[in-house]
Amino acid sequence: MPERQLITGNEAAAEGAIAGGCRYFFGYPITPQNKIPEYMSEHLPRIGGVYVQAESEVAAINMLYGAAATGAWAMTTSSSPGISLMQEGLSYMIGAELPCVLVDMVRGGPGLGNIAPAQSDYWLATRGAGHGDGRCLTFAPASVQELYDLTGEAFPIAQKYRNPVMILADAVLASMREPCTLRERLDPPQEKPPWAVGGARKGRQRNIINSLWTAPPVMEEVNLRVAQRYEQARQNELRWTEHGADDPEILVCAYGISARICQTAIEHAAEAGVACRLIRPISLFPFPVQVIADWAQRVNKVLVVELSLGQFIEDVRLAVEGACPVEFLGHTGGVLVTPEEVAARIIEIA
Amino acid sequence: MNTLAIIETSKPVYTRPDSLTDIQMRYCPGCTHGIAHRLVAEVLDELGIKERTVAIATVGCSVYAYEYFDTDAVQASHGRGPAVATGIKRCQPDTIVFTYQGDGDLAAIGLAEVLHAAARAENFTVVFINNAVFGMTQGQMAPTTLMGQKTTTTPLGRSVEQGGYPLNICELLAQIPGVAYLARETMTSPKRVRQAKRSLKKAFQVQMAGLGFSLVELISSCPTWWHMKPLEALQWIEDVMVQQYPLKVFVDKLEAGE
Amino acid sequence: MRQEVFMAGMGGQGVLLAGQLLAQAALEAGLELSWFPLYSPEVRGGRATCTLVIADGEVGSPVVGQPGSVILMDGIAVDNHLHRVRPGGLAVINSSLTGGEVSRNDIDIVVIPATNAAMELGSERATNMVLLGAYVRASGVVEAQAVEEALYRVLPERHYDYIPTNVAALQRGAQLAEGQLV
Ligand SMILES: Cc1ncc(C[n+]2csc(CCOP(=O)(O)OP(=O)(O)O)c2C)c(N)n1
Ligand code: SF4
Ligand SMILES: [Mg+2]
Repeated sequence: MPERQLITGNEAAAEGAIAGGCRYFFGYPITPQNKIPEYMSEHLPRIGGVYVQAESEVAAINMLYGAAATGAWAMTTSSSPGISLMQEGLSYMIGAELPCVLVDMVRGGPGLGNIAPAQSDYWLATRGAGHGDGRCLTFAPASVQELYDLTGEAFPIAQKYRNPVMILADAVLASMREPCTLRERLDPPQEKPPWAVGGARKGRQRNIINSLWTAPPVMEEVNLRVAQRYEQARQNELRWTEHGADDPEILVCAYGISARICQTAIEHAAEAGVACRLIRPISLFPFPVQVIADWAQRVNKVLVVELSLGQFIEDVRLAVEGACPVEFLGHTGGVLVTPEEVAARIIEIA
Repeated sequence: MNTLAIIETSKPVYTRPDSLTDIQMRYCPGCTHGIAHRLVAEVLDELGIKERTVAIATVGCSVYAYEYFDTDAVQASHGRGPAVATGIKRCQPDTIVFTYQGDGDLAAIGLAEVLHAAARAENFTVVFINNAVFGMTQGQMAPTTLMGQKTTTTPLGRSVEQGGYPLNICELLAQIPGVAYLARETMTSPKRVRQAKRSLKKAFQVQMAGLGFSLVELISSCPTWWHMKPLEALQWIEDVMVQQYPLKVFVDKLEAGE
Repeated sequence: MRQEVFMAGMGGQGVLLAGQLLAQAALEAGLELSWFPLYSPEVRGGRATCTLVIADGEVGSPVVGQPGSVILMDGIAVDNHLHRVRPGGLAVINSSLTGGEVSRNDIDIVVIPATNAAMELGSERATNMVLLGAYVRASGVVEAQAVEEALYRVLPERHYDYIPTNVAALQRGAQLAEGQLV
């Protein structure tokens, strides 16, 4: 019988990755996610996997580039300053159409910032991926269980779309403990993808992993192929949850830890007589545009809550398309919002 | 005589160096980061250069060095101190510039920056704190971690298969012509502390003379992540670390009269 | 049922361990929960806090502005957090380190000389257990027995020697709380 265990988000991300088939880890320590590399350094060698402590995040992402080129199911994890350093490598991976998984346990920024919870890497995660037209497929869990599940699921998704997948969490999710039901650890597929380099060639055509396409029409073709995969992801990978009233006055939009906070806040608001519906996008790229657009037609106002000065709100605004006013509540720099504060804001704007 | 009178009439023999602020340092008990700070500050005092010095704090337990040194200061991103120092020194050559870097900062993520600063013979000083772990992030393996040493990412001890070999930074830099002063010291006894200070002073003098890149490696203790008492940690430096990292002056162009 | 408890004290007082024990006990009872340690700037200089939310359905927010109950292990914790308790809530306070006078009359207050009691049991470090025992008794959120059993799940085996003292401390806390419940 699967066991329900009390584990931290960091442990859930690490074990979830292993359960999902990850056998290679490259990383550089940074708080608040150090328990992930520490867990990997202990567990991967035991099951024939490989843990390498890179000399920097720049190195870690390029090790991942190499690992991915061989078709290995590999990952790195970091927190905001480290993810900044990985942008160049991500751009190369997208250009070379390579899959990988990253976890960003977002902390307060910019700069060295602090190690407190934040959601100010939204743009970095969903727009980012360095220069060029590429983006990371981005998913935002809101509980330890979901962090475990999504990190595991990210591996086949990355392979399917030949693109980096980013799990966007934060310092609360990293350090909090919740019950989590662990699955059996899956093995990654034996067979390598046809594009992978290395191993015995056995007469197959040689493979080249590359992001250099000097002829603009050829580069455009690559970009269009990548964009087409994003379009497929939009068809297949949209995820969100909904909570609250069926006939709401206010639509609350939040992702990750903020959405958890809002879940309690809309209960407080309901007690005060304001009916709300909460939409929590899980997939941030692709973004669940339609469900937000539909609800925006039926409410008086939208409230966006996030731990930044307003990044996620841009995607919500694009989805709402002016159907109703979009209000904002957020803190930044590692400061949390509380359910009481959100409830007060809901009542204020109702 | 009452205590106050005694204090008033006595001659102080030990005071805080002028180049340190009176902010309380946040290092763990028994950590030698504090001694290293004091030595640098004493040298700045003795050479009379405090007013024209810029300290570069990097990322590690010493990240708050900008609060402790009573000089102008710049906080650099992880590993990039020598690049930041280069920028400052090239724009204001009269400024005395030093970086204060741990082994993670200098020997892992920042190895390229320090090597190239040395190769360009940049005229600033590096204070390199080698404590064989990443202290700030809770004791992971550093490039300088010894073979067999247990850390939070080498739970079974550092092995060649997983973590490779320790990196001897001074031996590496000694081959670079741009290096004008290079020494490895430690702070395990009063004698060693005095010697470490002599080397630090030399390094700054070399910078003042415009001779090029200077670096002093200080083998330092991290009782917290070595899981040792402070004195045990000092003993471990003497018994074990110094075997891997011999104490020595590698390059001294001031002495050589260049 | 949704019960929030916020715990605060100085580092080394075992705030996080107390929270984890209660969390483990709730887990074994088949409840949902979320345990979240926070190192906020005012926490720097060796402060520790954690928030535990226990529910029989979805937990919702792991972050709580005005907790329904608190365990405050020293004077700084009282100064910083007593005012946050929701009216009608519960505060368990360590009078050994706070003086014991309390400025609120709109909440239930259980004041326990926890450090003294722990010292009488031979281990000042069991202060957290005395307070936890009192809290469990006063709140009834889980069975006292479940917390004692959780010690075996949460503590590493090399620390099992401390369990008898911890159990005694939990029970002493419950006893001390008993006298104050109306
Ligand atoms: C880009 C980036 N990656 C990782 C970190 C996390 N980090 C902070 S300090 C540190 C290592 C510190 O070790 P060291 O330089 O040896 O200094 P010590 O604490 O041992 O004195 C790391 C990896 C960071 N701040 N920025
Ligand atoms: S963790 Fe280690 S290096 Fe950092 S202050 Fe403590 S003893 Fe010093
Ligand atoms: Mg170090």
